[in-house]
Amino acid sequence: MLPDLGNHAGFIIASYAVSLVVIGGVIGWIVTDYTRQKSTLAELEARGIRRRSANTDAKS
Amino acid sequence: MAIIDLANPTRFLRLSDRLLPWLIGATVLTMAAGLYLSLFVSPDDYQQGATVKIMYIHVPFAWLAMFSYTVMAIAALGTLVWKHPLADVSARAAAPIGAAFTFLCLVTGSLWGKPMWGTWWVWDARLTSVLVLFIMYLGIIALWRTIEEPIRAGKAVAVLTLVGYINIPIIKFSVDWWNTLHQPASVMRMDGPAMPPSMLTPLMTMAVAFTFLFVTLHVMAMRSEILRRRIRTLRQREAAGAASVATATQDLKSAASTASETEPAEVQS
Repeated sequence: MLPDLGNHAGFIIASYAVSLVVIGGVIGWIVTDYTRQKSTLAELEARGIRRRSANTDAKS
Repeated sequence: MAIIDLANPTRFLRLSDRLLPWLIGATVLTMAAGLYLSLFVSPDDYQQGATVKIMYIHVPFAWLAMFSYTVMAIAALGTLVWKHPLADVSARAAAPIGAAFTFLCLVTGSLWGKPMWGTWWVWDARLTSVLVLFIMYLGIIALWRTIEEPIRAGKAVAVLTLVGYINIPIIKFSVDWWNTLHQPASVMRMDGPAMPPSMLTPLMTMAVAFTFLFVTLHVMAMRSEILRRRIRTLRQREAAGAASVATATQDLKSAASTASETEPAEVQS
């Protein structure tokens, strides 16, 4: 339930709506990008291609 | 653990795994509290009425637009001076988030300006310098994409970022140095905030919430960037491996053909 936003309600709602859309878009893009990078890396490692430091990383 | 230990990307990934749930929780809680205070608790302004509610998002966006750029400038120093392994990663991850906050600052400012000033836009010092900041962000993102090799790109972007940092104090003090339609600072002032606590509390809660949001998104984007660089390295290794196999095969073939050419001569002799 929204409070009474007066004569300029359209401007207030538009501000919050645009913010929601842009921030939602940024979150979606970052999450999708991470998922894509992670699956590509897993695919390369499954083919036996590994970083030289992978063993050192695993030990540390 | 010393801060310098985080320079190891693998350690950073491990730490961020543990940190992210807390950061997401803090963002959700402070954002919920901030939105409740801004939309349902804070009073209307005696001049602006309910339009003042735009301030609770517009001002944090403006602060974070400058904060993101400051993070990038510190990262640029890390790249150029200390060659910190995560500095490039941090700068590259912060740029699109900072650009989004700057864009939102401009849009919400415009939506606030139309009912209050009677215009969507005016070429005054504050608005123009924030527009310049947005263009700087876009230029930096474009430069990252133009140079393929990440370390070379990082150095070029670091120089551009540091040069562009001159715009941040211009944005901050533009309302004091020039006559602008934009109002002067009402929170960060030498003589304290010129705002009642009933409005200051929601504003500061929203500022904390958006700062948590920035830190959360920045850490998440840094993780993606680290993985992207690992993939690039692995693909280079794969290509190098394939090239060396091809060279070895070529050598074997040429050795075999040389042997087949010399054999008849030996038989004849």
